[in-house]
Amino acid sequence: MADLIHMSAAELSSALAAREVSSVEVTTAHLAQIDAIDGNLGAFLHVNANALAVAEEVDAARAAGEPLHALAGVPVAVKDVLCTLDMPSTAGSKILEGWIPPYDATPVRKLREARMILLGKTNMDEFAMGSSTEHSAYGITRNPWDGDRIPGGSGGGSAAAVGAYEAPLALGSDTGGSIRQPASVTGTVGVKPTYGGVSRYGAIALASSLDQIGPVSRTVLDSALLHDVIGGYDHHDSTSIPTPWASFTDAARRGAASGSLAGVRVGVIKELDSEGFQPGVRAQFHATLEMLAAHGAEIVEVSAPNFDYAVSAYYLILPAEASSNLAKFDSVRFGLRVTPEGTPTVESVMSATREAGFGDEVKRRIILGTYALSAGYYDAYYGSAQKVRTLIQRDFAAAFDQADVLVSPTAPTTAWKLGEKLDDPLAMWLSDITTIPANLAGIPGMSIPMGLAAEDNLPTGLQIMAPAHADARLYEIGATIEALLDAQRGAPFHTLNPHFSAGGNR
Amino acid sequence: MAKDALLDFDKALEIFEPVIGLEVHIELSTKTKMFSSAPNIFGDDPNTAITPVCLGLPGSLPVVNKEAVRYSISLGLALGCEIAETCRFARKNYFYPDLAKNYQISQYDEPIAFDGELEVELDNGDIITVPIERAHMEEDAGKLTHVGGSTGRIQGAEYSLVDYNRAGVPLVEIVTRPIFGTEHRAGEVARAYVSTIRDIVRALGISEARMERGNLRCDANVSLRLRGAEKLGTRTETKNVNSLRSIERAIRYEIQRQAAILEKGGIITQETRHWHEDTGTTSPGRPKSDADDYRYFPEPDLLPIRTTRETVEELRALLPEPPAAQRRRLKAEWGFTDLDFQAIVNAGLLVEVRETIEAGAQPQAARKWWMGEVSRTANERGVEPSTLVTPEQVADLQSVIDEGIVNDKLAREVLVGLMAGEGSAREIIEARGLAVVSDDTALIAAIDDALLSQPDVLEKIREGKVQAAGAVIGAVMKAMGGKADAARVRELVIERAAAV
Amino acid sequence: MPEITEETVSHLANLARIALTPDEIAKLTGELSAIVHAVEAVNQVATPDVPATSHPIPMENVWRDDVVADQLTTEQALAGAPDHDGSRFRVTAILGEEH
Ligand SMILES: [Mg+2]
Ligand SMILES: [Zn+2]
Repeated sequence: MADLIHMSAAELSSALAAREVSSVEVTTAHLAQIDAIDGNLGAFLHVNANALAVAEEVDAARAAGEPLHALAGVPVAVKDVLCTLDMPSTAGSKILEGWIPPYDATPVRKLREARMILLGKTNMDEFAMGSSTEHSAYGITRNPWDGDRIPGGSGGGSAAAVGAYEAPLALGSDTGGSIRQPASVTGTVGVKPTYGGVSRYGAIALASSLDQIGPVSRTVLDSALLHDVIGGYDHHDSTSIPTPWASFTDAARRGAASGSLAGVRVGVIKELDSEGFQPGVRAQFHATLEMLAAHGAEIVEVSAPNFDYAVSAYYLILPAEASSNLAKFDSVRFGLRVTPEGTPTVESVMSATREAGFGDEVKRRIILGTYALSAGYYDAYYGSAQKVRTLIQRDFAAAFDQADVLVSPTAPTTAWKLGEKLDDPLAMWLSDITTIPANLAGIPGMSIPMGLAAEDNLPTGLQIMAPAHADARLYEIGATIEALLDAQRGAPFHTLNPHFSAGGNR
Repeated sequence: MAKDALLDFDKALEIFEPVIGLEVHIELSTKTKMFSSAPNIFGDDPNTAITPVCLGLPGSLPVVNKEAVRYSISLGLALGCEIAETCRFARKNYFYPDLAKNYQISQYDEPIAFDGELEVELDNGDIITVPIERAHMEEDAGKLTHVGGSTGRIQGAEYSLVDYNRAGVPLVEIVTRPIFGTEHRAGEVARAYVSTIRDIVRALGISEARMERGNLRCDANVSLRLRGAEKLGTRTETKNVNSLRSIERAIRYEIQRQAAILEKGGIITQETRHWHEDTGTTSPGRPKSDADDYRYFPEPDLLPIRTTRETVEELRALLPEPPAAQRRRLKAEWGFTDLDFQAIVNAGLLVEVRETIEAGAQPQAARKWWMGEVSRTANERGVEPSTLVTPEQVADLQSVIDEGIVNDKLAREVLVGLMAGEGSAREIIEARGLAVVSDDTALIAAIDDALLSQPDVLEKIREGKVQAAGAVIGAVMKAMGGKADAARVRELVIERAAAV
Repeated sequence: MPEITEETVSHLANLARIALTPDEIAKLTGELSAIVHAVEAVNQVATPDVPATSHPIPMENVWRDDVVADQLTTEQALAGAPDHDGSRFRVTAILGEEH
């Protein structure tokens, strides 16, 4: 048997069920990996001191013959955007330093109900604002493929933790690509479910109409397993979809077994196959398309003309909603309080607290959002952005008339160097051009590794998108594509990691 | 603070025409809050009726209370409004420590009810139709207590304490269109309007509507325009008007204050003003400024509400009798004169009297207590009569009279006990030793004494001039310390006049 | 669109309750101008005939029954508070009048 940290969640699940390993052993192995590498990697903000105790309980329950969930005893890391009863929840912000919520986010509650082992909380851009995890108040996270590069963002912590074998699974949140883009640049798998597919209750809100919680893993099947745990209706979230979901695990297993894409119409979005993308990314994308066609897929070109306005609409809607969502950080009920000199008033205390507690990117977006909503500008900015949203939905509807799934590179580039885009917020924002449309339209999207870019030997990601509610289709077709790519390569993508894979020289 | 100059009220109305507008907030008596499943309760220990949603904790999300929506539709219908086929919630953004999220979830351009009108009856029976622009759903804020400084007011306080029990309590805000033509009755129209709304929500059973508790709150807009002018004057919005009486007073005050300024060629500042119950004056608050940029936008955490025709008709069928129709019916049932009945209505005591009758008292008795002793005491103390006793207590009080346990005079003392919260009527009679003497032996002894000490009266009674008995009855009552049933004494006096 | 000045930014910062330093205001003024210029593109296609989309997955009448649930204790509520008196949250003096 492979060493425990290099096993997938599905493999761990089988080994645990067969009692070949204990949850204590599995948990210990992952905690040891965190201990060994996280000082440099920076994926975790907090490691759960209780993890082993819970693992012991699960082992005892298994020994007693209690019926257990398939993922019981399997470790999972949680993005710090989710509220956890027993661990600080900071959303990467100084304004929430040390805050321990009095309630669990619904996805976290479901992890506990499945008796999974919460390893800890992962780093992120402050309030999920960023694409590089350099905007965390608690330091950077490094890319497991190249320590001088960004792990993507905002969920760089979850992606790096999974990519560096600190955890087989993690939760992320995706407002404009924060699960998929880190997956792409760290060679992992990440899924943004249909909006409303996973409860947002207890997820510290960035932009309410865009945010979605989703799984992060190294294989499509593992994401499906985790999605089955966290997904489904929650009466605490009004935007939660009430209709039941079919098993994503079944869909992924079906897809992996099929080995063929015969009859599948794969739409290539013209606007997201841009000359401006990194050549190695484009090359991998086109090579992948050829491979898909060779296995029976019908490749069709589709056009989504309004995607040209997607980034603009996104950077109006997100800051507007965020400016309001982040107003609650006012030093009254929780979090930081800074009292200025002189004769402070509650107003000056609030202003001083928010000045000291928020980072530059957060302030920038709050000011922009306040502007977009302010008297006289609403129609021109927020109102117009919501109209663009309608147009983008129409583009998707037309595209899905011609194709079963749509594909694009997940990100225009591979992981860039730490610090490279920090001084140019607009350039950073443009790196989300491929992932943003799915959030605006509410449809599900997945990123799986395609291969290494020739010029830098860094991972590239394939984004697959399906119509709203058709998440199962993503898992089925995603698993087929993953299996075909693995077969072509002769090994799962993550084994290529020179530093952390089983054969790697750490 | 400098005293405002006031122009004589009649003089003010000679020169200017008052235009008023009213915003009434009603707290709904649902079991839970508007967007949170915390209990909707008043006056509990601070920060006990709360969930993560009430505190605006990171990650918490609102979910609409279905019952509050139904209450709001019923109220909209009772106000003669159209019910929106679809309506939405919006965020109103501003920072204040009692507002947990620093935005209030309200409704903006798509309220649940709009375009209504309400007929209100004035003291003399005239009916005025008040046009209603909209009624929308929103949430209440928490409660601030200011500590330090001399007054307990916000000015000069050292710090403030926040209790979020009230945060998120469901509110319906009812906004009128400008009300024209009220003239010297502007204040009276406003009072009658609020009192009618109070009757309606109580009849609907959707709010306690107790002004002193803040279940029903009124902001009054007042502007003046020169007679003959077309353009409306600048308005002020007077807040914190928390009794029916003060609504009338506050509007009258604003008319006189604004008239004094305008008459001297001054201009009115558009501002919020605060009513001070103690001094009967208003004072300026923060002027309207660009700081009031609320940045409304559709609440992304909530979805639109669609109301079907069937729901509207279902709720319309459940509406109680409109107040005006109910009044006509009750007046006939109770057999009151127009004058007596109108007096009850004007005093805002119709609900109390009705409930007292429903609790078993005769109509005249119910009227007598509420309009008499209770109102008199309320006036002295400057509170609403309904805060002193409940209709059930008044009915209980009357029952001990009807059973002859106390007489009218002693009953007044029982009432004092009831208002002081000393227990039930019977407990108070027991504790205060108020029961009338029902043992005839003691009465007969006192009567015989009185008759024998007034031989001339005794003679007259024996001659059949029974009205002369009054003098003896008075003496007996005095001797018994008032604890005798006057009717029984009378009977016995006539009996004994023959015997002694 | 009107020019974004330092006064604009300082007004927005006041609305958003962030005590920006003069340096931050100067920097944000430049950045905000550039960003607003970039995102203005939405106006090119947001014509009057296009309806707005507030929710990506349209639903309506999502509500709950009027039943108590999810209550916190006072201790839980106050546990994360910067300052409290044992039952209520304490804040610095409020300037101005009741709203
Ligand atoms: Mg108002
Ligand atoms: Zn209101």
